[in-house]
Amino acid sequence: MTQTLNRRSLLKTTVGLVGASGTLGLIGACATGGSGPKVVVIGGGYGGATAAKYVRMWSDYGINVTLVEPNTAFVSCPLSNLVLGGSKTMADITTPYDNLSRRHGVTVVRDMVASIDADKRTVTLDGGSVLAYDRLIVSPGVDFMWETLPGMNRPGAQDNILHAWKAGPQTVALRRQLEALPDGGVYALSIPLAPYRCPPGPYERACQIANYFKTAKPRSKVLVLDANDDVTSKGPLFKKAWADRYAGIIDYRPKHTVVDVDAATNTLKFEFNDDVKAQVLNVLPAMRAGDIAVKSGLATANKRWCEVDFLTFESKAAKNIHVLGDAIQIAALMPKSGHMANQHAKTCAAAVIALLGGQAPNPAPIYNNTCYSFVSPDEVVHVASVHAYNAGAKTMTVVAGAGGVSAAASPLEGAYAFGWAQNIWADALA
Amino acid sequence: MTAQKTKFLAASVMVCAVSMAHGQTDELHTRSLAASCSNCHGTDGRAAPGMVALAGYERASLVKNMADFKSGARPATIMHQLAKGYSEAQIDAIAGYFAAQKK
Repeated sequence: MTQTLNRRSLLKTTVGLVGASGTLGLIGACATGGSGPKVVVIGGGYGGATAAKYVRMWSDYGINVTLVEPNTAFVSCPLSNLVLGGSKTMADITTPYDNLSRRHGVTVVRDMVASIDADKRTVTLDGGSVLAYDRLIVSPGVDFMWETLPGMNRPGAQDNILHAWKAGPQTVALRRQLEALPDGGVYALSIPLAPYRCPPGPYERACQIANYFKTAKPRSKVLVLDANDDVTSKGPLFKKAWADRYAGIIDYRPKHTVVDVDAATNTLKFEFNDDVKAQVLNVLPAMRAGDIAVKSGLATANKRWCEVDFLTFESKAAKNIHVLGDAIQIAALMPKSGHMANQHAKTCAAAVIALLGGQAPNPAPIYNNTCYSFVSPDEVVHVASVHAYNAGAKTMTVVAGAGGVSAAASPLEGAYAFGWAQNIWADALA
Repeated sequence: MTAQKTKFLAASVMVCAVSMAHGQTDELHTRSLAASCSNCHGTDGRAAPGMVALAGYERASLVKNMADFKSGARPATIMHQLAKGYSEAQIDAIAGYFAAQKK
Protein backbone atom coordinates (compact mmCIF):
# COMPACT_ATOMS: atom_id res chain seq x y z
CA MET A 1 0.00 0.00 0.00
CA THR A 2 2.96 2.33 0.73
CA GLN A 3 3.94 2.14 -2.91
CA THR A 4 0.49 2.89 -4.24
CA LEU A 5 -0.34 5.81 -1.94
CA ASN A 6 0.62 8.75 -4.12
CA ARG A 7 1.33 12.29 -3.02
CA ARG A 8 -2.07 13.60 -3.96
CA SER A 9 -4.02 11.07 -1.87
CA LEU A 10 -1.53 11.59 0.97
CA LEU A 11 -2.17 15.32 0.86
CA LYS A 12 -5.94 14.79 0.73
CA THR A 13 -5.86 12.43 3.72
CA THR A 14 -3.67 14.83 5.72
CA VAL A 15 -5.86 17.82 5.00
CA GLY A 16 -8.93 15.83 5.94
CA LEU A 17 -7.46 14.87 9.29
CA VAL A 18 -5.96 18.22 10.19
CA GLY A 19 -8.78 20.41 8.99
CA ALA A 20 -11.59 18.06 9.98
CA SER A 21 -13.27 19.44 6.89
CA GLY A 22 -12.73 16.42 4.70
CA THR A 23 -15.07 13.49 4.84
CA LEU A 24 -12.58 11.36 6.77
CA GLY A 25 -12.72 13.94 9.55
CA LEU A 26 -16.47 13.80 9.38
CA ILE A 27 -16.56 10.05 9.92
CA GLY A 28 -14.24 10.36 12.88
CA ALA A 29 -16.46 13.03 14.39
CA CYS A 30 -19.72 11.20 13.87
CA ALA A 31 -18.62 8.11 15.80
CA THR A 32 -19.41 10.13 18.88
CA GLY A 33 -21.63 12.75 17.30
CA GLY A 34 -24.57 11.52 15.22
CA SER A 35 -24.45 13.90 12.31
CA GLY A 36 -22.38 11.55 10.18
CA PRO A 37 -22.74 10.87 6.47
CA LYS A 38 -26.10 9.52 5.34
CA VAL A 39 -26.62 6.36 3.36
CA VAL A 40 -30.08 5.35 2.17
CA VAL A 41 -30.67 1.75 1.10
CA ILE A 42 -33.63 0.90 -1.13
CA GLY A 43 -34.83 -2.67 -0.64
CA GLY A 44 -34.38 -5.07 2.28
CA GLY A 45 -33.66 -8.32 0.46
CA TYR A 46 -30.45 -10.33 0.51
CA GLY A 47 -28.54 -7.39 -0.99
CA GLY A 48 -30.08 -4.37 0.72
CA ALA A 49 -30.36 -5.80 4.23
CA THR A 50 -26.74 -6.96 4.13
CA ALA A 51 -25.58 -3.59 2.80
CA ALA A 52 -27.46 -1.71 5.54
CA LYS A 53 -25.97 -3.85 8.30
CA TYR A 54 -22.41 -3.84 6.95
CA VAL A 55 -22.28 -0.07 6.27
CA ARG A 56 -23.23 0.46 9.92
CA MET A 57 -20.94 -2.24 11.32
CA TRP A 58 -17.88 -1.47 9.21
CA SER A 59 -18.13 2.29 9.77
CA ASP A 60 -18.06 1.61 13.50
CA TYR A 61 -21.64 2.88 13.49
CA GLY A 62 -20.49 6.29 12.25
CA ILE A 63 -22.54 6.38 9.07
CA ASN A 64 -26.30 6.86 9.37
CA VAL A 65 -28.24 4.24 7.43
CA THR A 66 -31.93 4.30 6.49
CA LEU A 67 -33.39 1.19 4.89
CA VAL A 68 -36.60 1.65 2.89
CA GLU A 69 -38.55 -1.58 2.56
CA PRO A 70 -42.31 -2.08 2.06
CA ASN A 71 -42.58 -5.54 3.66
CA THR A 72 -42.89 -6.05 7.41
CA ALA A 73 -40.44 -8.97 7.39
CA PHE A 74 -37.84 -10.59 5.17
CA VAL A 75 -39.17 -13.66 3.35
CA SER A 76 -36.49 -15.80 1.72
CA CYS A 77 -36.84 -16.88 -1.90
CA PRO A 78 -34.27 -19.64 -1.30
CA LEU A 79 -36.16 -22.49 0.47
CA SER A 80 -39.54 -21.06 -0.67
CA ASN A 81 -39.85 -23.98 -3.11
CA LEU A 82 -39.95 -26.24 -0.03
CA VAL A 83 -43.03 -24.32 1.12
CA LEU A 84 -44.64 -25.04 -2.26
CA GLY A 85 -43.72 -28.72 -1.83
CA GLY A 86 -45.17 -28.71 1.68
CA SER A 87 -42.07 -29.67 3.69
CA LYS A 88 -41.51 -26.14 5.11
CA THR A 89 -43.81 -23.35 6.25
CA MET A 90 -43.76 -19.59 5.63
CA ALA A 91 -42.66 -19.12 9.25
CA ASP A 92 -39.54 -21.21 8.48
CA ILE A 93 -38.43 -18.76 5.77
CA THR A 94 -39.44 -15.46 7.44
CA THR A 95 -37.11 -13.24 9.49
CA PRO A 96 -38.08 -9.91 11.06
CA TYR A 97 -36.10 -6.69 10.46
CA ASP A 98 -35.95 -5.92 14.21
CA ASN A 99 -32.29 -6.75 14.71
CA LEU A 100 -31.19 -4.37 11.98
CA SER A 101 -32.64 -1.49 13.97
CA ARG A 102 -32.11 -2.81 17.51
CA ARG A 103 -28.58 -4.17 17.20
CA HIS A 104 -27.25 -2.11 14.34
CA GLY A 105 -29.09 1.18 14.58
CA VAL A 106 -30.45 1.02 11.03
CA THR A 107 -33.52 3.21 10.60
CA VAL A 108 -36.01 0.90 8.91
CA VAL A 109 -38.76 2.78 7.07
CA ARG A 110 -41.72 0.74 5.86
CA ASP A 111 -42.43 2.39 2.54
CA MET A 112 -41.60 2.38 -1.16
CA VAL A 113 -39.40 4.87 -2.98
CA ALA A 114 -41.41 6.88 -5.49
CA SER A 115 -38.51 8.78 -7.06
CA ILE A 116 -34.81 9.51 -6.85
CA ASP A 117 -33.33 12.97 -7.41
CA ALA A 118 -29.68 12.30 -8.21
CA ASP A 119 -28.77 16.00 -8.40
CA LYS A 120 -30.27 16.96 -5.05
CA ARG A 121 -29.31 13.56 -3.59
CA THR A 122 -32.76 12.86 -2.20
CA VAL A 123 -35.32 10.10 -2.46
CA THR A 124 -39.05 10.73 -2.13
CA LEU A 125 -41.15 8.00 -0.59
CA ASP A 126 -44.69 6.98 -1.59
CA GLY A 127 -45.76 8.30 1.82
CA GLY A 128 -44.45 11.75 0.84
CA SER A 129 -41.38 12.08 3.05
CA VAL A 130 -38.05 13.04 1.55
CA LEU A 131 -34.76 11.45 2.62
CA ALA A 132 -31.41 13.09 1.90
CA TYR A 133 -28.36 10.93 1.19
CA ASP A 134 -24.65 11.25 0.62
CA ARG A 135 -24.67 7.86 -1.09
CA LEU A 136 -27.64 5.78 -2.18
CA ILE A 137 -27.66 1.98 -2.41
CA VAL A 138 -30.38 0.61 -4.71
CA SER A 139 -31.15 -3.07 -4.24
CA PRO A 140 -34.66 -3.44 -5.67
CA GLY A 141 -34.43 -7.01 -6.97
CA VAL A 142 -36.41 -7.81 -10.09
CA ASP A 143 -39.76 -6.86 -11.52
CA PHE A 144 -41.61 -8.56 -14.36
CA MET A 145 -41.90 -7.58 -18.01
CA TRP A 146 -45.67 -8.02 -18.14
CA GLU A 147 -45.73 -6.19 -21.47
CA THR A 148 -44.32 -9.37 -23.07
CA LEU A 149 -47.49 -11.33 -22.07
CA PRO A 150 -50.51 -9.23 -23.14
CA GLY A 151 -53.10 -11.58 -21.62
CA MET A 152 -51.57 -11.20 -18.19
CA ASN A 153 -52.55 -7.52 -18.21
CA ARG A 154 -56.28 -8.28 -18.40
CA PRO A 155 -58.21 -7.68 -15.17
CA GLY A 156 -57.77 -10.51 -12.68
CA ALA A 157 -55.21 -12.46 -14.73
CA GLN A 158 -52.36 -11.84 -12.31
CA ASP A 159 -54.55 -12.89 -9.38
CA ASN A 160 -55.19 -16.34 -10.80
CA ILE A 161 -51.97 -17.09 -12.67
CA LEU A 162 -49.10 -16.74 -10.25
CA HIS A 163 -45.34 -16.43 -10.51
CA ALA A 164 -44.47 -16.98 -6.83
CA TRP A 165 -41.01 -15.74 -7.84
CA LYS A 166 -40.96 -13.27 -4.96
CA ALA A 167 -41.49 -15.25 -1.80
CA GLY A 168 -44.51 -14.03 0.16
CA PRO A 169 -48.28 -14.01 -0.44
CA GLN A 170 -47.87 -15.61 -3.88
CA THR A 171 -46.00 -18.55 -2.34
CA VAL A 172 -48.95 -19.17 -0.04
CA ALA A 173 -51.47 -18.72 -2.86
CA LEU A 174 -49.67 -21.11 -5.23
CA ARG A 175 -49.45 -23.73 -2.49
CA ARG A 176 -53.24 -23.42 -2.07
CA GLN A 177 -53.75 -23.92 -5.81
CA LEU A 178 -51.60 -27.06 -5.67
CA GLU A 179 -53.53 -28.39 -2.67
CA ALA A 180 -56.82 -27.75 -4.46
CA LEU A 181 -55.66 -29.50 -7.62
CA PRO A 182 -57.46 -32.82 -8.06
CA ASP A 183 -55.37 -35.98 -8.38
CA GLY A 184 -54.63 -36.33 -12.08
CA GLY A 185 -54.55 -32.55 -12.64
CA VAL A 186 -51.60 -30.88 -14.37
CA TYR A 187 -49.31 -28.15 -13.03
CA ALA A 188 -47.40 -26.27 -15.75
CA LEU A 189 -44.37 -24.09 -15.04
CA SER A 190 -43.00 -21.75 -17.72
CA ILE A 191 -39.41 -20.49 -17.56
CA PRO A 192 -38.25 -17.33 -19.38
CA LEU A 193 -35.03 -16.95 -21.33
CA ALA A 194 -31.98 -16.35 -19.12
CA PRO A 195 -30.97 -14.11 -17.43
CA TYR A 196 -33.60 -14.33 -14.73
CA ARG A 197 -33.51 -14.46 -10.91
CA CYS A 198 -32.14 -17.74 -9.52
CA PRO A 199 -31.13 -19.89 -12.53
CA PRO A 200 -31.68 -23.32 -10.85
CA GLY A 201 -34.83 -22.20 -9.00
CA PRO A 202 -37.43 -23.39 -11.55
CA TYR A 203 -35.89 -26.85 -11.78
CA GLU A 204 -35.81 -27.14 -8.00
CA ARG A 205 -39.47 -26.07 -7.95
CA ALA A 206 -40.33 -28.86 -10.42
CA CYS A 207 -38.64 -31.36 -8.04
CA GLN A 208 -40.48 -30.10 -4.95
CA ILE A 209 -43.91 -30.09 -6.58
CA ALA A 210 -43.29 -33.50 -8.17
CA ASN A 211 -42.31 -34.80 -4.74
CA TYR A 212 -45.60 -33.50 -3.35
CA PHE A 213 -47.58 -35.09 -6.18
CA LYS A 214 -45.73 -38.39 -5.74
CA THR A 215 -47.28 -38.90 -2.33
CA ALA A 216 -50.44 -36.75 -2.38
CA LYS A 217 -51.61 -36.85 -6.03
CA PRO A 218 -49.84 -39.75 -7.74
CA ARG A 219 -51.68 -39.30 -11.06
CA SER A 220 -50.80 -35.60 -11.36
CA LYS A 221 -48.07 -34.26 -13.63
CA VAL A 222 -45.52 -31.45 -13.60
CA LEU A 223 -45.05 -29.93 -17.03
CA VAL A 224 -41.94 -27.74 -17.39
CA LEU A 225 -41.94 -25.40 -20.40
CA ASP A 226 -38.52 -23.80 -20.75
CA ALA A 227 -37.75 -20.98 -23.20
CA ASN A 228 -34.08 -21.92 -22.95
CA ASP A 229 -32.39 -24.54 -25.12
CA ASP A 230 -31.73 -26.72 -22.10
CA VAL A 231 -31.73 -26.68 -18.28
CA THR A 232 -29.75 -23.51 -17.46
CA SER A 233 -28.09 -24.70 -14.22
CA LYS A 234 -26.96 -28.07 -12.79
CA GLY A 235 -28.54 -29.75 -15.85
CA PRO A 236 -27.18 -33.30 -15.47
CA LEU A 237 -27.95 -33.33 -11.71
CA PHE A 238 -31.55 -32.20 -12.19
CA LYS A 239 -32.11 -34.58 -15.09
CA LYS A 240 -30.80 -37.45 -12.99
CA ALA A 241 -33.17 -36.50 -10.15
CA TRP A 242 -36.09 -36.34 -12.58
CA ALA A 243 -35.24 -39.74 -14.08
CA ASP A 244 -34.47 -41.47 -10.76
CA ARG A 245 -37.16 -39.95 -8.55
CA TYR A 246 -39.86 -38.35 -10.66
CA ALA A 247 -40.07 -40.49 -13.81
CA GLY A 248 -43.56 -40.24 -15.26
CA ILE A 249 -44.33 -37.14 -13.20
CA ILE A 250 -42.03 -34.44 -14.62
CA ASP A 251 -42.26 -33.75 -18.34
CA TYR A 252 -39.48 -31.33 -19.37
CA ARG A 253 -39.80 -29.48 -22.68
CA PRO A 254 -37.02 -27.06 -23.70
CA LYS A 255 -37.28 -24.37 -26.42
CA HIS A 256 -40.80 -23.41 -25.38
CA THR A 257 -41.09 -19.63 -25.32
CA VAL A 258 -44.38 -18.37 -23.91
CA VAL A 259 -45.64 -15.37 -25.88
CA ASP A 260 -49.08 -15.03 -24.32
CA VAL A 261 -51.33 -16.42 -21.62
CA ASP A 262 -55.11 -16.82 -21.77
CA ALA A 263 -56.09 -16.62 -18.15
CA ALA A 264 -59.77 -17.32 -18.91
CA THR A 265 -58.97 -20.79 -20.30
CA ASN A 266 -55.67 -21.42 -18.44
CA THR A 267 -53.79 -21.68 -21.72
CA LEU A 268 -50.15 -20.94 -22.52
CA LYS A 269 -49.40 -19.75 -26.05
CA PHE A 270 -45.94 -20.28 -27.53
CA GLU A 271 -43.82 -18.80 -30.25
CA PHE A 272 -43.53 -22.09 -32.17
CA ASN A 273 -45.23 -24.86 -30.20
CA ASP A 274 -48.86 -25.91 -29.73
CA ASP A 275 -50.92 -24.36 -26.94
CA VAL A 276 -50.73 -25.98 -23.51
CA LYS A 277 -53.64 -26.07 -21.07
CA ALA A 278 -53.20 -26.94 -17.41
CA GLN A 279 -55.29 -26.63 -14.24
CA VAL A 280 -52.51 -24.74 -12.45
CA LEU A 281 -50.36 -22.39 -14.51
CA ASN A 282 -47.22 -20.97 -12.91
CA VAL A 283 -45.80 -18.37 -15.26
CA LEU A 284 -42.37 -16.84 -14.72
CA PRO A 285 -42.37 -13.78 -16.99
CA ALA A 286 -39.19 -12.28 -18.39
CA MET A 287 -37.50 -10.20 -15.70
CA ARG A 288 -35.69 -6.89 -15.39
CA ALA A 289 -34.31 -4.67 -12.65
CA GLY A 290 -36.87 -3.51 -10.07
CA ASP A 291 -39.21 -0.67 -11.09
CA ILE A 292 -37.45 2.11 -9.19
CA ALA A 293 -34.15 1.35 -10.95
CA VAL A 294 -35.76 1.36 -14.39
CA LYS A 295 -37.84 4.47 -13.63
CA SER A 296 -34.73 6.32 -12.41
CA GLY A 297 -32.76 5.63 -15.59
CA LEU A 298 -30.32 3.26 -13.89
CA ALA A 299 -31.17 0.28 -16.14
CA THR A 300 -28.85 1.14 -19.00
CA ALA A 301 -28.36 -2.39 -20.42
CA ASN A 302 -31.30 -3.01 -22.81
CA LYS A 303 -33.42 -0.96 -20.38
CA ARG A 304 -33.45 -4.13 -18.26
CA TRP A 305 -30.38 -4.27 -16.05
CA CYS A 306 -28.17 -1.72 -14.29
CA GLU A 307 -24.55 -1.41 -15.33
CA VAL A 308 -22.16 -0.86 -12.42
CA ASP A 309 -18.48 -0.40 -11.66
CA PHE A 310 -17.63 -3.72 -10.01
CA LEU A 311 -15.09 -2.11 -7.64
CA THR A 312 -17.77 0.00 -5.96
CA PHE A 313 -21.14 -1.04 -7.45
CA GLU A 314 -21.57 2.61 -8.33
CA SER A 315 -24.00 3.02 -11.22
CA LYS A 316 -22.46 3.82 -14.59
CA ALA A 317 -25.41 6.16 -15.15
CA ALA A 318 -25.48 8.20 -11.94
CA LYS A 319 -22.92 9.39 -9.41
CA ASN A 320 -23.29 8.53 -5.70
CA ILE A 321 -25.85 5.85 -6.56
CA HIS A 322 -24.85 2.21 -6.13
CA VAL A 323 -26.88 -0.73 -7.46
CA LEU A 324 -26.50 -4.33 -6.39
CA GLY A 325 -28.11 -7.76 -6.39
CA ASP A 326 -30.38 -9.17 -9.07
CA ALA A 327 -30.92 -5.73 -10.62
CA ILE A 328 -27.42 -5.40 -12.07
CA GLN A 329 -26.08 -6.30 -15.48
CA ILE A 330 -24.14 -9.34 -14.33
CA ALA A 331 -20.56 -10.16 -15.20
CA ALA A 332 -19.98 -13.37 -17.16
CA LEU A 333 -21.04 -16.51 -15.25
CA MET A 334 -22.27 -14.48 -12.29
CA PRO A 335 -25.71 -15.78 -11.27
CA LYS A 336 -28.57 -13.64 -10.03
CA SER A 337 -28.72 -15.23 -6.58
CA GLY A 338 -29.29 -14.23 -2.98
CA HIS A 339 -25.79 -15.42 -2.08
CA MET A 340 -24.29 -13.24 -4.81
CA ALA A 341 -26.38 -10.23 -3.71
CA ASN A 342 -25.03 -10.65 -0.16
CA GLN A 343 -21.48 -10.64 -1.55
CA HIS A 344 -22.18 -7.61 -3.76
CA ALA A 345 -23.52 -5.85 -0.66
CA LYS A 346 -20.35 -6.31 1.38
CA THR A 347 -18.12 -5.17 -1.48
CA CYS A 348 -20.41 -2.17 -1.96
CA ALA A 349 -20.54 -1.40 1.79
CA ALA A 350 -16.73 -1.40 2.03
CA ALA A 351 -16.49 0.84 -1.04
CA VAL A 352 -19.14 3.27 0.20
CA ILE A 353 -17.30 3.63 3.51
CA ALA A 354 -13.97 4.14 1.72
CA LEU A 355 -15.42 6.71 -0.68
CA LEU A 356 -17.18 8.65 2.07
CA GLY A 357 -13.85 8.69 3.88
CA GLY A 358 -12.00 10.01 0.83
CA GLN A 359 -10.13 6.74 0.38
CA ALA A 360 -9.69 4.46 -2.60
CA PRO A 361 -11.91 1.37 -2.65
CA ASN A 362 -10.46 -2.12 -2.51
CA PRO A 363 -8.79 -2.61 -5.92
CA ALA A 364 -9.13 -6.40 -5.87
CA PRO A 365 -12.49 -7.67 -4.59
CA ILE A 366 -13.01 -11.43 -4.57
CA TYR A 367 -16.06 -13.41 -3.55
CA ASN A 368 -17.90 -16.62 -4.21
CA ASN A 369 -21.29 -18.02 -5.04
CA THR A 370 -22.87 -21.08 -3.49
CA CYS A 371 -26.22 -22.21 -4.74
CA TYR A 372 -27.94 -25.19 -3.13
CA SER A 373 -30.98 -26.83 -4.77
CA PHE A 374 -33.25 -29.38 -3.12
CA VAL A 375 -34.11 -32.32 -5.37
CA SER A 376 -36.25 -33.83 -2.56
CA PRO A 377 -37.26 -32.43 0.84
CA ASP A 378 -33.82 -33.25 2.26
CA GLU A 379 -31.38 -34.08 -0.54
CA VAL A 380 -29.43 -31.34 -2.22
CA VAL A 381 -27.11 -30.53 -5.11
CA HIS A 382 -24.95 -27.41 -5.38
CA VAL A 383 -23.12 -25.22 -7.84
CA ALA A 384 -20.25 -23.06 -6.59
CA SER A 385 -17.95 -20.47 -8.17
CA VAL A 386 -15.33 -17.93 -7.13
CA HIS A 387 -15.28 -14.49 -8.75
CA ALA A 388 -12.36 -12.05 -8.68
CA TYR A 389 -11.92 -8.55 -10.10
CA ASN A 390 -10.08 -8.53 -13.40
CA ALA A 391 -8.38 -5.13 -13.61
CA GLY A 392 -7.67 -5.47 -17.35
CA ALA A 393 -11.26 -6.26 -18.27
CA LYS A 394 -12.66 -4.03 -15.46
CA THR A 395 -15.16 -6.68 -14.49
CA MET A 396 -15.49 -9.76 -12.31
CA THR A 397 -14.32 -13.02 -13.86
CA VAL A 398 -14.49 -16.55 -12.47
CA VAL A 399 -11.26 -17.89 -11.01
CA ALA A 400 -10.14 -20.69 -13.32
CA GLY A 401 -9.91 -24.10 -11.68
CA ALA A 402 -12.20 -23.16 -8.82
CA GLY A 403 -15.89 -23.95 -8.38
CA GLY A 404 -17.96 -26.87 -9.60
CA VAL A 405 -21.05 -28.90 -8.87
CA SER A 406 -21.98 -31.78 -6.55
CA ALA A 407 -20.94 -35.28 -7.54
CA ALA A 408 -24.45 -36.44 -6.58
CA ALA A 409 -27.43 -35.36 -4.50
CA SER A 410 -26.98 -36.08 -0.79
CA PRO A 411 -28.62 -35.54 2.61
CA LEU A 412 -25.25 -34.20 3.87
CA GLU A 413 -25.54 -31.30 1.44
CA GLY A 414 -29.16 -31.00 2.53
CA ALA A 415 -27.93 -30.32 6.06
CA TYR A 416 -25.39 -27.80 4.72
CA ALA A 417 -28.10 -26.08 2.70
CA PHE A 418 -30.19 -25.53 5.83
CA GLY A 419 -27.03 -24.33 7.61
CA TRP A 420 -26.32 -21.98 4.71
CA ALA A 421 -29.83 -20.51 5.02
CA GLN A 422 -29.59 -19.93 8.77
CA ASN A 423 -26.18 -18.31 8.38
CA ILE A 424 -26.90 -16.04 5.44
CA TRP A 425 -30.15 -14.87 7.06
CA ALA A 426 -28.17 -14.03 10.19
CA ASP A 427 -25.39 -12.40 8.15
CA ALA A 428 -27.93 -10.13 6.47
CA LEU A 429 -30.36 -9.52 9.31
CA ALA A 430 -29.03 -10.43 12.77
CA MET B 1 5.65 28.35 17.58
CA THR B 2 8.94 28.25 15.70
CA ALA B 3 9.09 27.33 12.06
CA GLN B 4 11.06 24.25 13.05
CA LYS B 5 8.35 23.14 15.46
CA THR B 6 5.55 23.74 12.94
CA LYS B 7 7.44 21.71 10.38
CA PHE B 8 7.90 18.88 12.88
CA LEU B 9 4.22 18.92 13.85
CA ALA B 10 3.11 18.90 10.25
CA ALA B 11 5.45 16.00 9.56
CA SER B 12 4.21 13.96 12.49
CA VAL B 13 0.61 14.61 11.55
CA MET B 14 1.47 13.39 8.10
CA VAL B 15 3.10 10.23 9.44
CA CYS B 16 0.10 9.66 11.65
CA ALA B 17 -2.25 10.18 8.72
CA VAL B 18 -0.32 7.78 6.54
CA SER B 19 -0.15 5.01 9.09
CA MET B 20 -3.80 5.49 9.93
CA ALA B 21 -4.78 5.40 6.28
CA HIS B 22 -2.73 2.22 5.83
CA GLY B 23 -4.15 0.59 8.90
CA GLN B 24 -7.71 1.44 7.98
CA THR B 25 -7.29 0.43 4.37
CA ASP B 26 -5.64 -2.91 5.10
CA GLU B 27 -8.14 -3.67 7.81
CA LEU B 28 -11.08 -2.96 5.53
CA HIS B 29 -9.63 -5.02 2.68
CA THR B 30 -8.92 -8.02 4.90
CA ARG B 31 -12.32 -7.68 6.49
CA SER B 32 -13.94 -7.67 3.05
CA LEU B 33 -11.95 -10.71 2.00
CA ALA B 34 -12.96 -12.63 5.13
CA ALA B 35 -16.56 -11.48 4.73
CA SER B 36 -16.80 -13.58 1.58
CA CYS B 37 -16.86 -16.57 3.98
CA SER B 38 -19.56 -15.13 6.27
CA ASN B 39 -22.55 -16.12 4.14
CA CYS B 40 -22.05 -19.68 5.39
CA HIS B 41 -19.75 -19.27 8.38
CA GLY B 42 -21.40 -16.31 10.09
CA THR B 43 -20.68 -12.60 10.41
CA ASP B 44 -17.05 -12.34 11.59
CA GLY B 45 -17.03 -16.16 11.68
CA ARG B 46 -19.60 -16.46 14.48
CA ALA B 47 -21.70 -19.15 12.83
CA ALA B 48 -25.27 -20.11 13.47
CA PRO B 49 -25.78 -23.85 14.10
CA GLY B 50 -25.15 -26.14 11.16
CA MET B 51 -21.86 -24.65 9.99
CA VAL B 52 -18.28 -24.55 11.26
CA ALA B 53 -17.61 -21.36 13.23
CA LEU B 54 -14.40 -19.63 12.11
CA ALA B 55 -14.21 -16.97 14.86
CA GLY B 56 -11.25 -17.76 17.09
CA TYR B 57 -10.17 -20.62 14.82
CA GLU B 58 -6.44 -21.18 15.09
CA ARG B 59 -4.71 -19.50 12.17
CA ALA B 60 -2.34 -22.34 11.26
CA SER B 61 -5.13 -24.93 11.41
CA LEU B 62 -7.34 -22.94 9.09
CA VAL B 63 -4.47 -22.42 6.64
CA LYS B 64 -3.72 -26.16 6.69
CA ASN B 65 -7.37 -27.13 6.28
CA MET B 66 -7.70 -24.88 3.27
CA ALA B 67 -4.49 -26.30 1.76
CA ASP B 68 -5.82 -29.82 2.33
CA PHE B 69 -9.14 -28.90 0.71
CA LYS B 70 -7.19 -27.55 -2.28
CA SER B 71 -5.00 -30.64 -2.62
CA GLY B 72 -7.87 -33.03 -2.05
CA ALA B 73 -6.18 -34.49 1.06
CA ARG B 74 -9.27 -33.49 2.99
CA PRO B 75 -12.53 -34.62 1.38
CA ALA B 76 -15.35 -32.10 1.12
CA THR B 77 -18.67 -31.47 -0.55
CA ILE B 78 -17.93 -27.89 -1.61
CA MET B 79 -14.87 -26.49 0.16
CA HIS B 80 -12.41 -28.16 -2.23
CA GLN B 81 -14.05 -26.16 -5.04
CA LEU B 82 -14.13 -22.86 -3.15
CA ALA B 83 -10.62 -23.14 -1.63
CA LYS B 84 -9.11 -23.30 -5.12
CA GLY B 85 -10.38 -19.79 -5.80
CA TYR B 86 -8.21 -18.17 -3.12
CA SER B 87 -4.42 -17.67 -3.16
CA GLU B 88 -2.20 -18.72 -0.25
CA ALA B 89 -1.71 -15.08 0.69
CA GLN B 90 -5.47 -14.47 0.69
CA ILE B 91 -6.09 -17.60 2.77
CA ASP B 92 -3.43 -16.55 5.27
CA ALA B 93 -4.99 -13.09 5.61
CA ILE B 94 -8.46 -14.60 6.05
CA ALA B 95 -7.15 -17.07 8.66
CA GLY B 96 -5.42 -14.24 10.53
CA TYR B 97 -8.62 -12.23 10.57
CA PHE B 98 -10.80 -15.05 11.92
CA ALA B 99 -8.18 -16.10 14.50
CA ALA B 100 -8.43 -12.60 15.97
CA GLN B 101 -12.24 -12.67 16.28
CA LYS B 102 -13.92 -13.47 19.58
CA LYS B 103 -15.75 -16.80 19.57
